[in-house]
Amino acid sequence: MSSQIIPNRIMEGASAPLAIYIHWPYCARICPYCDFNVYKRKEDTALLPAILRDLEHWRELTGSRTITSIHFGGGTPSLMSPVQVGAIIDKVADLWTFYAPEIALEANPHEMSAADWRGYRDAGLTRMSLGIQTFHDPALKFLGRDHDGTTAQSALDLALDIFPSVSADIIFGWAGQTPRMLADDLRRALDAGTQHISTYQLTIEDGTAFAKAEGRGQARAVNTDLSADLYDLVRDTLIDAGFEHYEVSNFAKPSHRSRHNLAYWQGLDYVGVGPGAHGRVTQNNKRTATIAHLTPGAYARAVTETGAGIDSREVLSASDWASEYLLMGLRIDEGISLRRYHEILGEDLNEIELNALVEDGLLTRADDNLKATSHGRLLLNAVTERLLLA
Amino acid sequence: MSEPTDQSLIRNFSIVAHIDHGKSTLADRLISYCGGLSDREMSEQVLDNMDIEKERGITIKAQTVRLEYPAKDGKTYILNLMDTPGHVDFAYEVSRSLSACEGSILVVDASQGVEAQTLANVYQAIEHDHEIVTVLNKIDLPAAEPDRVKQQIEDVIGLDTSDAVECSAKSGIGIPDVLEAIALRLPPPSQQDPDAPLKAMLVDAWYDTYMGVVVLFRVIEGTIKKGMRIRTMNTGASYTVDKVGTFLPKPTDVKSIGPGEIGFFTGSIKEVADAAVGDTITEDKRPTPVALDGFKPAQPVVFCGIFPVDAADFEDLRAAMGRLRLNDASFSYEMETSAALGFGFRCGFLGLLHLEIIQERLEREFDLDLITTAPSVVYTLAMRDGTEIQLHNPADMPDVMQIDHIQEPWIKATIMTPDDHLGGILKLCQDRRGVQTTLNYINGRAMVEYELPLNEVVFDFYDRLKSVSKGYASFDYQAIGLKEGDLVKMSILVNGDPVDALSMLVHRGNAESRGRQMCERLKDLIPRHLFKIPIQAAIGGKVIARETIAAMRKDVTAKCYGGDASRKRKLLDKQKKGKKKMRQFGRVEIPQEAFIAALKMDDS
Repeated sequence: MSSQIIPNRIMEGASAPLAIYIHWPYCARICPYCDFNVYKRKEDTALLPAILRDLEHWRELTGSRTITSIHFGGGTPSLMSPVQVGAIIDKVADLWTFYAPEIALEANPHEMSAADWRGYRDAGLTRMSLGIQTFHDPALKFLGRDHDGTTAQSALDLALDIFPSVSADIIFGWAGQTPRMLADDLRRALDAGTQHISTYQLTIEDGTAFAKAEGRGQARAVNTDLSADLYDLVRDTLIDAGFEHYEVSNFAKPSHRSRHNLAYWQGLDYVGVGPGAHGRVTQNNKRTATIAHLTPGAYARAVTETGAGIDSREVLSASDWASEYLLMGLRIDEGISLRRYHEILGEDLNEIELNALVEDGLLTRADDNLKATSHGRLLLNAVTERLLLA
Repeated sequence: MSEPTDQSLIRNFSIVAHIDHGKSTLADRLISYCGGLSDREMSEQVLDNMDIEKERGITIKAQTVRLEYPAKDGKTYILNLMDTPGHVDFAYEVSRSLSACEGSILVVDASQGVEAQTLANVYQAIEHDHEIVTVLNKIDLPAAEPDRVKQQIEDVIGLDTSDAVECSAKSGIGIPDVLEAIALRLPPPSQQDPDAPLKAMLVDAWYDTYMGVVVLFRVIEGTIKKGMRIRTMNTGASYTVDKVGTFLPKPTDVKSIGPGEIGFFTGSIKEVADAAVGDTITEDKRPTPVALDGFKPAQPVVFCGIFPVDAADFEDLRAAMGRLRLNDASFSYEMETSAALGFGFRCGFLGLLHLEIIQERLEREFDLDLITTAPSVVYTLAMRDGTEIQLHNPADMPDVMQIDHIQEPWIKATIMTPDDHLGGILKLCQDRRGVQTTLNYINGRAMVEYELPLNEVVFDFYDRLKSVSKGYASFDYQAIGLKEGDLVKMSILVNGDPVDALSMLVHRGNAESRGRQMCERLKDLIPRHLFKIPIQAAIGGKVIARETIAAMRKDVTAKCYGGDASRKRKLLDKQKKGKKKMRQFGRVEIPQEAFIAALKMDDS
């Protein structure tokens, strides 16, 4: 049914695309701005077998599907050995059908190892996402990173040497950063030949060390007007360099977009395996959200006892599903299908609000397609709030 | 009390004092001395029985108590103490209470001396031909200076203080002297015929949960009896008296009450509004030929809009107002619709204190969250076609082209202050278009009188006065009638749309600064939107002040991947709840707090 609406995107059935997310929660140390589900590294022999077994359970849930991506995130998945990574890729290949999948892994520059990375490549990895953050040494120290600028540079060069597609994470908006420092970071990533850049504004999340520091009156992030200037700088620089601004915080050379992340933004299905991982599965026109057991111990125990790592499972209401589709879809340059939105919710967006936002230059609409303008993308929280709460 | 009381032994008196000079404490002492209540029954300050009255140390409803005092001359006197509302908002009620008495005790704090309210109240008593007994209270305080204060009373008020009584109500010093002075120095009511047709004054009325509407009265001539059919001459209503009694201070039934006496009756009166203060009570079948003069129906002078913060509370608010009105006929309300604030009520009050009391009671006793718009006075619009319009709400202002001129109520303000704060006070009065009429210095204190437009006084004048005088100045006022004023309606436009709840009538000379203040305030109170928002103050089509809220530049979550979708959704739910607290205005959302804060605007 949905295939008629979006001819080139099959949402359900054996040929519907499926993305696989593997969460490896361990880190060598915890960064002061991070609010992810992460744990200090320790010897854990139970986690890999649990992940492999959990994947089998997911296969039962999703049925036969076409795998378009596998993403190793964390935590620090580069703490896994090539053998461990290979075991997971092989397991996925056994369970589902591969369709030239993107297989990516997040890594930290200071843990670079030519041998391991080549091992990943041999195991099937096609892409590496490197947590460069900045090349500026004092800032790296301030951000609590374990590497320096030189290490970042060599890790980037090494990754580009090994993998066909490399993404660099750059953080901006840390207190004390000047536009010049940011321009310099971008220039170094571009000069190395990086094909994909994710630029994240430093945000202060509750419960982090940075939140505590700000609570004491010590600024860790810049104010919003300056961060808007920095954002403009990133955009102008990368577009000049031939990148496409395809998502709020993501820029890619043609054909280097993150297929895995696009699955999230396009509202496709994804498997979430590993402690605390989130998943979404659409079946019989119902979308189910899953969350795996949060701690590695609880996760492994659940898999051992029940064969599955899922802790909670919620069938999304039509309005929650539609909200997610819109919240995620307006982040990307392709936008959303208004028909698809209607199909999920059974009603249309508020026409008055929609037209007002178009008139203000925040959204554009062409037939079935609704997307945020680049100005609108910068104000997306307010835009979606207006659309969904109108 | 089957035998008629010997009228020559009756003493009807009230106590006049400035707030906190010990009026209620003294009243309590007099009651306990005469054995009206045992110590166990004597809760603190019996006469002020509403919570708010106790908290603020003020009296809102007239109260009375009948005491029997065996004087040193061997006779037992009947002392009817009438506790009157001390605030100018209730000036009419005060005047009715005073006219039910022949004498007053003037209580002055022996350390603080004469204050503005002392003056206003004592002058009223003098106007009612009262005999006055001066009492210096708090005589045992280290700071007491009875001689200086006596001199001040002579200089400022012109009363002879050679026989002033010194006491301390708190410590119980001098209480018999006060009672003796009341019995021997205050006059009895004039002798009247107990068999004449009934003529009594309705002094006050209130709603009692057990007794229904209770009417307090003073008999001039004739006798009021249980079972009698009576009639109120101005409102024309008639009732059968179910119960007649006096307060000892507990309500105590008697068969009848004769000339010169004060008491209460109950009948099947539905609401307090049916019993108008100052009305004449007579017997239905044998009426007195002439009613008492001086009757005035209650006339609200200050108006404001009261709206529920949560629109769902509207019906509760209506019910609460109905309940309060049961007991307070001077408070009026009618439904009002505001584009900004939704459904609410336009309410009329006797004055600012009355407004605050009602607002506080609604919030406290009925647990309602309210938004109150800026208080406004009643303007008289003389129209070109010769008609007159009473304007209660600036939003209802007709087209200026049709208006010939506007009249506004003025007051005479009396302010007493230590003279080091005088400069700030004079400037404040000047800024509020005041015209000075008197300035006197008496022993380091200044007494200044100003004529002021009431609309400048309802606009946070009292708060400003307290702050410029560090709380030392005292203030009282009385209405002196209407004067023509150069008044204009100032509208506030947010994103081009006028916000009705924020419009106000202001003097042309103050419009620009008032407008600028309001725009600046709103600029900080309204959050940034996706577009820039002009905020303008305008008179007619002319913009007199303008501020702009810059458009929001960046508001987007940096990272949003698989695990963040649920989080974003939950955030949206949270925003949904927050949105309830916003008022939609065109495309602009104004937080509830912004209205509250903007309307509470002070001058600083």
